[in-house]
Amino acid sequence: MSDCSSDENENDTILYRDRPEWKDVTPLKQDDGDEPVVAIDYTEAFEDCYDYFRAILKKKEISERALELTKTAAQLNSANYTVWQYRREILKGLGKDLNEELDYIQKVILKHSKNYQVWHHRRIIVEWLQDASKEKYLTETVLAKDAKNYHAWQHRQWVIRTFKLFDGELEYVDTLISDDVRNNSAWNQRYFVINNTTGFTDEVLDREIDYTLNHIKTVTENESAWNYLRGLLLHGKEGLSNNKKVTDFCEELYKSGNRSPFSLAVIVDMCFEQLNEGGGDSRYTPQRAKELCEELINKYDIIRANYWKHMIEMIDKTMKDENIESSN
Amino acid sequence: MATVIKDIEIQPNIPISVLFEKHANFIKEYGQKENSYEYGMTDYLRVSGMFWGLTALELMNTLPKQSKGEIAEYIKNCQDPESGGISACLQHDPHILHTLSAVQILCIYDNLNAIDLDGVVRYIASLQLSDGSFMGDKWGEVDTRFSFCAVATLALLNKLNAIDVNQAVEFVASCKNFDGGFGSRPLSESHAGLIYCCVGFLSITNRLDVVDRDTLAWWLCERQLPSGGLNGRPEKLPDVCYSWWVLSSLSILGRLHWIDAEALKKFILACQDTETGGFADRPGDVADPFHTLFGIAAMSLLGHESVQKVNPTFCMPQHVIDRLQLKPQMMID
Ligand SMILES: [Zn+2]
Repeated sequence: MSDCSSDENENDTILYRDRPEWKDVTPLKQDDGDEPVVAIDYTEAFEDCYDYFRAILKKKEISERALELTKTAAQLNSANYTVWQYRREILKGLGKDLNEELDYIQKVILKHSKNYQVWHHRRIIVEWLQDASKEKYLTETVLAKDAKNYHAWQHRQWVIRTFKLFDGELEYVDTLISDDVRNNSAWNQRYFVINNTTGFTDEVLDREIDYTLNHIKTVTENESAWNYLRGLLLHGKEGLSNNKKVTDFCEELYKSGNRSPFSLAVIVDMCFEQLNEGGGDSRYTPQRAKELCEELINKYDIIRANYWKHMIEMIDKTMKDENIESSN
Repeated sequence: MATVIKDIEIQPNIPISVLFEKHANFIKEYGQKENSYEYGMTDYLRVSGMFWGLTALELMNTLPKQSKGEIAEYIKNCQDPESGGISACLQHDPHILHTLSAVQILCIYDNLNAIDLDGVVRYIASLQLSDGSFMGDKWGEVDTRFSFCAVATLALLNKLNAIDVNQAVEFVASCKNFDGGFGSRPLSESHAGLIYCCVGFLSITNRLDVVDRDTLAWWLCERQLPSGGLNGRPEKLPDVCYSWWVLSSLSILGRLHWIDAEALKKFILACQDTETGGFADRPGDVADPFHTLFGIAAMSLLGHESVQKVNPTFCMPQHVIDRLQLKPQMMID
């Protein structure tokens, strides 16, 4: 839940209570209620730093030494949002060079990349500077270690959208997908880029369908790619079951003996779409859908059996309703 | 190509029941040592931490060590008289996450008048932006978690009319993705924790019509892995807190039965620490109050008879929601 790791100035071990420049400040002990103080097992440095932190926070002191103290406090606990808020007030108050702050926060982010506070601090400094030139590189460094880091993706999307940095993004996404074809964050970013640039024109759709099918061909059990394909088809006029490229691909896959649950799920939904909307493709019948559901229940997706039972019920219900309609 | 699923393996010697007594002791002892390192390290999340612990105890029908009055006193001191918001602990700045937690705690103990309620309402309303979204605090971070916190807090105080609800719905709706899920901001990746926030938000505002019900419910039940555990996004490891976020969302959507409940129960039981008590994110990791609450609350949704009924929208005991006469929207058929 909490993270605490040492930083570059860890040999800086002089406690604040032993530093002459802090002599005038009375440290403020944690006072949180009536429980008697039992064991003293705070690490000394932590207690020392936060006692002084509380003392100067109370006076809202704006000074170089306060700025330095927030660095230690952040190093001891980077998730403490008050430390960052106070640090920004000091930065502003002293009119500090914000480029230096960017260099500093980059180091912190590389150590604590799953922490809301450090990313938010970064964003505010970038906003103050109106300079996003270092942001893509920073997020790429973080994503190189953890390609699904939600904070990094959020920051990257914000930067790209705010500062119009879409150039080269699709290529970047492509390298990530080549590295790990199941990287859902990368597939989502693909959607983000297209949605914000060209939009899903017929031409783009055609290209993206090819791209996705090629990747599914290499790894068929890939939820992310199948979901992206479904997302693309929502933009087309043909729905799920009338895009020849996609239907041929799925049939080919099925004939080859492949039983990826995601591929079977798409065929079930194609049948269901034809049942609801007509379409006249004899490959997609309610009977076939129900057979596939049974196979999913018993063999290929046992854990989600109840979902597939629900699909069978939906198909039966739709068929019944249509029978009633046609007999009227 | 062979399928490699990211998952964990459940060991054969896992506990077969919920270790209530151990969990109650774990929660009661946690953070009691005020001078412990952990206590100092976690002050920035204290009020939310109190909510996790106290709610877990309440769901287990156990009283906390502190009296109702002591708890209220602590929270009262965390309220900022100027903005009206509530902070994580004394001398910290107010934040919407802790403001919701504080209101939830006081609702559980039927003690809302301990704080300045007009102040809370004023604070929440001050955080709404023109696009309908909410900031977490005055520093302007925006995401759908804060939309949930805003409407949940106001609904508990019966003051939803203090904000522009329609605009707030519009923002949350704009965070819906092509896979049926929701992310933190428009076009951010779908994420089970944020889906809970958005579905909970829509349940409170009575706008579940925004959801593509079965597309989303299918995505949610795809989160279940062969170990029985649930992850938060494709290709991530299972984690007990996602048991809560996925299950509560499925409950609100009326699709709880789409997951394999027995397999999930087994996973949750395996996340218990048989020595210290408490639940960890996954088997073998260190237990904490956050995962303990969500482990217990998930067991409640799965119908465990010794756990109090939990409300899936508010993550609070159902009897409290009934007492407040709240009826968050649920889909049933
Ligand atoms: Zn977790």
